[in-house]
Amino acid sequence: MTPLCHRVVWRQEQTTNVVSLGIEAVDGSRMRYAAGQFNMLYAYAVGEVAISISGNPVEDGPIVHTIRDVGAVSHALCSLQVGDSLGVRGPFGSDWGMDDAAGRDLIIVAGGIGLAPLRPVITQVIAERDRFGGVEVVIGARAQEELAFRTEIEAWRQRGDMSVHVTVDRATTGWRGTVGVVTTVLPRVPVDPAAVAMICGPEVMVRFTALALLERGMPPSGVRVSMERNMQCAIAQCGHCQLGAAFVCADGPVFTWERVEPLLAVREL
Amino acid sequence: MAEELATHRFFADMDRAQVDVLAGCGQNVIVPAGTAMTREGAHADTFWAIRAGRAALGVTAPGRGLIVLETLHAGDMLGWTWLFPPFRWHFDADAIDDLRAVVFDATCLRQKCQADPALGFALMGRFARVLDERLRATRMQLLDLYGQPAPR
Repeated sequence: MTPLCHRVVWRQEQTTNVVSLGIEAVDGSRMRYAAGQFNMLYAYAVGEVAISISGNPVEDGPIVHTIRDVGAVSHALCSLQVGDSLGVRGPFGSDWGMDDAAGRDLIIVAGGIGLAPLRPVITQVIAERDRFGGVEVVIGARAQEELAFRTEIEAWRQRGDMSVHVTVDRATTGWRGTVGVVTTVLPRVPVDPAAVAMICGPEVMVRFTALALLERGMPPSGVRVSMERNMQCAIAQCGHCQLGAAFVCADGPVFTWERVEPLLAVREL
Repeated sequence: MAEELATHRFFADMDRAQVDVLAGCGQNVIVPAGTAMTREGAHADTFWAIRAGRAALGVTAPGRGLIVLETLHAGDMLGWTWLFPPFRWHFDADAIDDLRAVVFDATCLRQKCQADPALGFALMGRFARVLDERLRATRMQLLDLYGQPAPR
């Protein structure tokens, strides 16, 4: 599968090392995707990396990716400016299952850059608010300076139709909000066993959050998590992202807790 | 008072007769925003069951003010050092907002727990759960989960 050339049409620095890019195909084609899917972004002459789509899936316009600068490829992508080009393959992988979640309460828990793959869920919920029940959004970050989508989060908080909880692990000067890891917020979140929980963040945070929700009475089938592994081919061929018998690139990245928990219990995986 | 306590997360599922006994040691208070609730080294003779509002728990450092380690909210408890000698606060806590709470007289509670071991056991079990939750959260904070991941 050959990367399709795209061009950066807008660029926004979210934090000192996180950048959002709006991109469009140079041939004018439109990509259809579902919340939770990812693309393989190719920084020419540097390499390719899997990046979740962080835009609104029910809105036309540039495809949005939010990238954290952590290595050679992600650094090259974060350094792209408006007008620069990059290659794109995708979209790939499973999604958060928004149709299945319709009519139910949603509990959305994001940690750090894990908010990027969940932003499409929130934007779709806002665009189709009547389709969903109560919505609780819990966002954790290391510190306020590392909180991406700050302006947008404030806009979500101002809405009267969803609850948004933001917490930081370390309070820095000027922070007047909640301090504590994301799991400390969960006791204040109403949990209906029939709800759908969507969790994305560092794997340890995902694990502790999922277990905390199970303690509150949610069934493992109602908890969905987005897994991160070393995706390279994105078409279940190379095996780099294999998690037991599952390929995270094709069977995931979104799994039910019911499916992924036994795999996470195997330390070598 | 007992009605209000029974709806608090900390006292949930507690025997109603025990809640009634505990209520005898508590009183409803409103703590204005900015009020110092505990001060490091001071005698710990109370604890709070927060019903509304937030408190910031932390350490005060010269030139930096209160370094907040954790915020406490409705349904949380503030203070457990009243349980153990030498009954001194280890941290500072300030009300962030106007806070509503039930404040308990620790001496009164200790006496009631000594007189009624079943009550003491029920109360200690609940505090042990709070300690477990705070310890787990602290360990997660120590992991620095959002730190630099593997290069990509």
